[in-house]
Amino acid sequence: MAIEVRIPTILRSHTGGAKVVEGAGDTLSDLFADLDSRYPGLRGRLITEDGALHRFVNVYVNDEDVRFTGALETKLSDGDSVTVLPAVAGGASVG
Amino acid sequence: MLTLDQSIHDAIVAHARRDHPDEACGIVAGPAGSEQAVRHVPMENAERSTTFYRFDSMEQLRVWRELDDRDEDPVVIYHSHTATEAYPSRTDISLAMEPNAHYVLVSTRDPETAEFRSFRITDGEVVEEPVRIAGVDQHAVQTYMFGQTPTSVVYDCPAGN
Repeated sequence: MAIEVRIPTILRSHTGGAKVVEGAGDTLSDLFADLDSRYPGLRGRLITEDGALHRFVNVYVNDEDVRFTGALETKLSDGDSVTVLPAVAGGASVG
Repeated sequence: MLTLDQSIHDAIVAHARRDHPDEACGIVAGPAGSEQAVRHVPMENAERSTTFYRFDSMEQLRVWRELDDRDEDPVVIYHSHTATEAYPSRTDISLAMEPNAHYVLVSTRDPETAEFRSFRITDGEVVEEPVRIAGVDQHAVQTYMFGQTPTSVVYDCPAGN
């Protein structure tokens, strides 16, 4: 089953420059594992060593922020569209 | 060098003043691959904090879709520091994810004079760049001194260029 995944500029070095790639999986976690088999290193930019979604990466499934839909356990179906955007964040605080 | 229209510069400073003491943030979009920052989009600071900012994730998705549809890039990504200088903090540097963007910082710590500075942030390295403000009259060009005494803005009116 095909799921369209939109890749932000900063991660396109992992996809040979491709802006949109296709993957498969029943959950977001499966999808990232599938993508990593073809685009090595991509998963490591999205998921921490503890296996959680990076705090400063936004992932959306069909316009919904996955933080509110089960994070990496979010269920996927054929034809879903996944968008990855690095959060735009910062500030004067140190740390 | 970042070139900005006077009206966009003023709108960014006004946004920073309006949200003070919280940090304000936003972008200036322009045609993809160009260096033209022409469309100001103020963004919500989802953190509503005096020391931190983060674009609201749903607003960011909407705005980034719009950029895609219009074939635009976020040419400028700006935010304010409300009690410290207009220089990228360690947090700013570690979270900078757009190597092609001009990162503009505005400091509103002085109620009279806003500091307005621009940086490239790539792989943890910060390089300041000059900011050129183009007025309505294209011949009246002001150049901000940069990297100098942060509490004063020095205007320089070049005759030749």
